Amino acid sequence: MIENMAPSGGAMQLIGALLEQRTGQQIAANRAWRIETALKPVLRERGLPSLDALVGQLLGARSGELADQVVDVLLNQETSFFRDVAVLEQIAAAAVAMQAEVGNRRLRIWSAGCSTGQEPLSLAMLFAEKAAAFPMPPEIVASDVSTAALARARAGRYSQFEIQRGLPVRRMVEWFDSEGGEWVARQELVRRIQFRQQNLTADVPPPGKFDIILCRNVMLYFSLPLRRQVFDRLATAIQPGGLLVLGAGETVIGLTEHFTPSEAFRGFYRTAEAEPAPLAAAG
Amino acid sequence: MKTCLVVDDSKVIRKVARHILETLDFEVREAADGREALDSCLATPPDVVLLDWNMPVMSGMDFLRALKNAGLEQRPKVVFCTTENGMAYIRAAIEAGADEYVMKPFDRETLESKLQIVGVA
Repeated sequence: MIENMAPSGGAMQLIGALLEQRTGQQIAANRAWRIETALKPVLRERGLPSLDALVGQLLGARSGELADQVVDVLLNQETSFFRDVAVLEQIAAAAVAMQAEVGNRRLRIWSAGCSTGQEPLSLAMLFAEKAAAFPMPPEIVASDVSTAALARARAGRYSQFEIQRGLPVRRMVEWFDSEGGEWVARQELVRRIQFRQQNLTADVPPPGKFDIILCRNVMLYFSLPLRRQVFDRLATAIQPGGLLVLGAGETVIGLTEHFTPSEAFRGFYRTAEAEPAPLAAAG
Repeated sequence: MKTCLVVDDSKVIRKVARHILETLDFEVREAADGREALDSCLATPPDVVLLDWNMPVMSGMDFLRALKNAGLEQRPKVVFCTTENGMAYIRAAIEAGADEYVMKPFDRETLESKLQIVGVA
């Protein structure tokens, strides 16, 4: 049975530190309640009476499996299909314009922090609908720090509630099949996306340069110094003149010289034409 | 303020939908079957109709067909809201001219999302 006792400050600190160490994400003091709420199912599943007991197991654990589970449930994986639809449509329009500029070269898009896959799937649908504009469908790389979220993204399987959030019904019937009460993205759509586990704060970016990087509603969980580092890292992964798309409440201003507001696409950021110097070493 | 006509033979569903829609700033009207809904639309067309499928007197599909033939200058958006969650039903609704489809059970976010998609929220 789960005890109704407030967890010790030490337990909360250790769990917060684990999350930050693994992902760079911080939980603000006024949102510490999220730790307790998010971890209740883990306590129940493992028959642990309290967060202190969970921390005891974390400290004594031989494998990282429990820590992985704790980190996964603490990450905010809120997402939906066509989230901020006007932004996604602008990305599709930008991709069409870029494709016209680069001729037959295949465009590359990185959805960084893709959670359970709705963002890259939405992009894949939009690009498929504009197939005539692309000699080859743009390559979509989708990454997330959470292995659990990525497993769900790869499966492309969504509950009735998830599938109805943001996804117009015509697109649903075109790209998804109904299976046992869930909705599964067709392989022809999922195959357009390469999924990879990626810690934006620690790992080297995926190989090659990207024309557009989406990193929406990710930076807000990082400290300011960490945001600077991540912007530096993203700058090494983007084509000169490429576009960076952040969440509505996020900005590069005051944090990096690598990106400036795009004149052509309002709300997006464009790299300076000159290629940024490569990072000396990945931290 | 946008108007939504909730058409469902279940009083409970109408009450739940009304509650959600009012929090989304809709003026809500109710009808218990397709016939009642059609009369309501012909008298004063709402912005959107939230439409059950299986109802006595006139079904949701029959209502939709009648609405299409009614010659209204501006046809309200029609969002099916039903337990008929199979692909064949959904395709049939789209072919008949439904603008969106909500599979029951639904929550506030689902309803808000679908109303945004049809451009009324």
